[in-house]
Parts: sequence; C-alpha cells; structure tokens
Amino acid sequence: MSVNTEKTSTFTEPGVGGMVADWSSDKQAFDMPWGKLMMWIFLLSDTFIFSVFLTGYMNVRMSATDGWPNPSEVFALTLFGEHLPLILIAIMTFVLITSSGTMAMAVNYAYRGDKRKTVWLISITAFLGATFVGMQAFEWTKLIVDEGIRPWSNPFGAAQFGSTFFMITGFHGMHVTAGVIYLAIVARKVARGDYDKKGYAIVEIAGLYWHFVDLVWVFIFAFFYLW
Amino acid sequence: MSEAAGQQHPIGIYLKIWTLLFVLSFFSYMVDWYQLQGFWRWTLILIFMFLKAGFIVAIFMHLSWERLSLKYVLLLPPLAILVLIALMAIEGDYTNAVRHLFFDR
Repeated sequence: MSVNTEKTSTFTEPGVGGMVADWSSDKQAFDMPWGKLMMWIFLLSDTFIFSVFLTGYMNVRMSATDGWPNPSEVFALTLFGEHLPLILIAIMTFVLITSSGTMAMAVNYAYRGDKRKTVWLISITAFLGATFVGMQAFEWTKLIVDEGIRPWSNPFGAAQFGSTFFMITGFHGMHVTAGVIYLAIVARKVARGDYDKKGYAIVEIAGLYWHFVDLVWVFIFAFFYLW
Repeated sequence: MSEAAGQQHPIGIYLKIWTLLFVLSFFSYMVDWYQLQGFWRWTLILIFMFLKAGFIVAIFMHLSWERLSLKYVLLLPPLAILVLIALMAIEGDYTNAVRHLFFDR
C-alpha cells in the first residue's frame, strides 16, 4: 500500500489542476478530437451571429418606407462594353465555391498523408480567399467612391441599404480575411511537418471554418444580392 | 493516433459536389439575369440556396457521416432562429404600417 500511494485518482489533486480534472472527468460524449468539437460549437455560435444580422436586415428592409435599391443594378458592372448585372458578385461566388472545393480535397489528402498535395491545395484555397477579399475591396471602393453609398444614406433609395450592406458583407469579409491567415499558418505547419505525430485533424478543423465562410456567403448571396 | 481513421472518401465525390455547387450558383444567377419576379423568384432563390447550403454542410463539412448526437447539437439550436425571423417579420410589418399611417398624410 505504501509503495503505490501515487495518485490513483485525479479527484485527490488539489487546486486548479484538480478542478480541471473534476470537470473533465465525465465520459466523453463526442468521439472526435476536442478541437474539432470546439470548432463546431464556435461555428454554431457564428451561425447565430450571422442569422441575427440577416434577420435584422430583413426587419429594416420590411419597415423601410423608401424604395429598396435594386441590388441587380447597384452591383452591375460594365465589362468589355457590356452592361452586366451582378457580375462581380457572381464571380466572387464562383471563386469562393472553388476555394471550398480545393479545401475539401486538402482535407482528404491530409488524411492520406500526402503532405505536398495538402500544402498546395491549402495554399490555393488561401489564394482564392485573398482574391475574394480583393474583389470585395474593389466593390466597396466603387460603391463608396463612385456611387456615394454611405451607411446612413445613398442616392438610390432606402438609407438602411448602406448600413446593412456594410455591416453584413464587412463582417463576412472579416471572416474570410481571418480564414486566409488561418489557412496560411496551417499550410506552413503542415509543410514543416508539425502534424506528423499529432495527426492531421487540424486540417479538417481549418476546413470546417473555411466551408462555413462559404456557407454564410450562400445565404448573403441569396438574401442580400438576389432578393 | 486514431486520426488516421478520420474522414476518408474518394476525391471524386468532392469534384461532383463542386460541379453541382457551380451549376446551382449559375442557376441562381440566371434567376437574376432573366429578372424573374414574384413567386418563382423567391421560390427558386430559396431552393437553390438550401440545396447549396445542404451540400456544403453534408458533404464538404462531412456532417452526413458524423454521429447523430453531433447532428442534433448542430441542427436543432438554429431552429430557434425561425422564431426570431417570425417575430421580426411581424414587427417589421407593423413598423412599416405605422410609418405609412403617420408619414403619408
């Protein structure tokens, strides 16, 4: 007995270490790496944030008495002498979907242990994400400088158009920007071999975040640009 | 670690879903291009939107291969948002009516 008095139960541990052990001593409910579950929980909370933004947008659009600006025309571009409604937004949508596709394949190759392809595919994803943000910056510049759209007023109709537009697309663009940085870090760590022993679940976790950014865009595209 | 057994699927499925998302996005753009209005505009926009969202979550995010416990954790809470949408729609409608009542004369 005296030989084996070393901790047989973590419940005996005092202080903060014991508190953590107590709270984590329950049975594990979800059979997955903790980081993946935490990413899912974060994305669930983010779902609520974007839902509240879009619901707020619905509310002010319904209650506005001035006419709502026609997004099809506000976001039109003239390319090669052709007047194309909503063309930039369509291209941005295709770019983001493509980046989601390359990310899904990166996750797949990561689990297969093909580091070279994984790094390449994550890098392409990050590049496409940066392209998306670049096009969004172009769109914002055009709207602010050329069209005179402000969060408090615009020449096309209901003033609420500007505030909801900058709020929603700005918050989404921030997510894309953060995602590009996140992916760049993960790509570098994969290339360096940091996950050789830990396993490649981290690539899947980063992928979840990236697909979520694409998912949010699906809703913004439908409700803000097409509605 | 056991992560080697993480999500393993043939690459082909991602390419197929990718193509599908492209086609669906193209269709939703066409809704605007042909300036469909009224019932068909809203219906088609919503159908294409939910199909795209569904494929991204189910296939790209692998949710369809996850256990039911996780599916419920992720899919049930957002239902509360439907209540918020309903309440805010009623409220927005009311605000609009009141504004017309006061400002239109």
